[in-house]
Amino acid sequence: MSTPQPPATQQPAQPAPQPAPQWQAAPGPSYTSPIPVVRTHLGHALASEWTKIRSVRSTMWTLGVFLLLVVGIGFLAALQTDDTDYSGVPYTIPAFFGLILGQICLITLGVLVIASEYGTGMIRTTFTASPQRHRVLAAKMLIFFAVAYAVSVFAIGVVGLFVASLHATPTSTPWVGTIFMGALYVSLLGVLALAVGSMLRHSAGAITAMLGVVLVPAILPAFMMISESLRPVAEKVLEYNAINSLAAIFDAGEEGGGGAQLGVLVAVTAAAIAGAFLLLDRRDV
Amino acid sequence: MIEIEGLTKRYGEKVAVKNLTFTVRPGLVTGFLGPNGAGKSTTMRMILGLDRPTGGDVRIDGAPYDRLRDPLKHIGALLDAKAVHGGRSARNHLLCLAQSNGIPASRVHEVLDTVGLTAVARKKAKNFSLGMGQRLGIAGALLGDPRILMFDEPVNGLDPEGIHWIRTLMQNLAAEGRTVFVSSHLMSEMAVTAEHLVVIGQGRLLADTSMADFIRRNSRSYVRMRTPQHEHLLDLLHTEGITPVAADDGALEVDDARPEHLGELAARHGIVLHELSPKQASLEEAFMRLTAESVEYHAHARPAQPPPRPPEPARQWGADWKKGS
Repeated sequence: MSTPQPPATQQPAQPAPQPAPQWQAAPGPSYTSPIPVVRTHLGHALASEWTKIRSVRSTMWTLGVFLLLVVGIGFLAALQTDDTDYSGVPYTIPAFFGLILGQICLITLGVLVIASEYGTGMIRTTFTASPQRHRVLAAKMLIFFAVAYAVSVFAIGVVGLFVASLHATPTSTPWVGTIFMGALYVSLLGVLALAVGSMLRHSAGAITAMLGVVLVPAILPAFMMISESLRPVAEKVLEYNAINSLAAIFDAGEEGGGGAQLGVLVAVTAAAIAGAFLLLDRRDV
Repeated sequence: MIEIEGLTKRYGEKVAVKNLTFTVRPGLVTGFLGPNGAGKSTTMRMILGLDRPTGGDVRIDGAPYDRLRDPLKHIGALLDAKAVHGGRSARNHLLCLAQSNGIPASRVHEVLDTVGLTAVARKKAKNFSLGMGQRLGIAGALLGDPRILMFDEPVNGLDPEGIHWIRTLMQNLAAEGRTVFVSSHLMSEMAVTAEHLVVIGQGRLLADTSMADFIRRNSRSYVRMRTPQHEHLLDLLHTEGITPVAADDGALEVDDARPEHLGELAARHGIVLHELSPKQASLEEAFMRLTAESVEYHAHARPAQPPPRPPEPARQWGADWKKGS
């Protein structure tokens, strides 16, 4: 306190702050915290989101089931094959069967990363701590993508290595690329789910919507084929749906190995992310 | 300091908050009072940038909320103790908040200690009792050691010990020179914690006054007298220059009088008294009158606007009244 004290006596031991009588007494800069001021940036948001994703049970469950499905089904499938099966296909193809189911785990986790915050009300705490909502959503997407990608590269890679150790034929189809392509595809599907979760703000609703995105294009063409005029559309849908896209990636060799399918998913995901960012700023929490 | 100017929020046709202007000053506890549905929580959400205002401005330490780079160091808020992911431990919940604002992780342990949750730091938040959840929320608010603290109905559903703890905490925080803004729908609660009072009803500002002033103006103390010699007593009081108010049941009420004085007066003139009792109208009554009949109050309270307040909000206040109901 720099208030000039009358020459009275020494200050009392403790300042004993008198509750300021009404507002006249409001002193200029009031309380000052010893905690240093920091200009926060994306790095802080990433650290925060990393803590969040690793500290909830649902992450462990979804990723655990994902690993179990991809590696488990992959190993079982691999044991049913012999060397001649891999003449035209990569060693990672047993992982494809597990990924058909496993992608649903990544979709679920992607949705939960954001929608569970809306469900519990945590989102209000989050946005109070970080009013830069774009940064929060970007950090969520980056952290989720990194985790999903790392886990799926690991899972597909393990299956590929297992198959390679069982069926070592010197003339094999290149398979290392399919690990990264396949992981990229399912991780992007998870990011799409995150964007949908951010827009719908409801876990069950967003998961259902994403199941629709994965399953409807796989089922619908069968009905569309009935109509002659819809046949060309049906063929495209059949070619680019999530399951056939994965099949194209793992059936590498013919026609670019699913590059076009990956491109379609990138475009759809980018559109969903744009929508999510646009809505994020406008809506009340 | 929180500065609110012309704040308005519309949900479709419904106006939740209308042209609200007031300032929350540092160094004291400011009570934010209003009946349920008055727009208190909406106002608080707009202060935190969670809801976008339809019109008007909010400034925290001079800046709009979304310009704050490390908001937890400016303002700590507890709006809803349930706004926590139940699957996360108390420690991790606070840790992720701290990280997002660049607050050292050591603060997590400090605030857990402050609110007395150290023993359950690793327990999941969903297993917490209401009181523990409230303490966790307050720990989050204190995390950045902020200059402003904002609590929405913090004592709701707490046991007496919890209530006492929160009251003391708020008063201590204000004594350190911080701005403390706390909402309630209970006048009695505000009377013991707040020094300044902002009252809203149906989204409009009804009063912005010091607690002492509010009490002085609204807690009417009077002496109630009953006598079989009604006319006689009336005449006597008139000659003494006292103007009694007739109560519904025929009793007479004399404002701001001492019962000793009135009793002796009656005795000197041989008037029989059946009742002579000092009374105090409760603040809760005053608050209910204020929120129920806001228009009446406005006309009554305007001249009593305390002088240090700049004229501008006062004008806003009056204007609001004329346009409105």
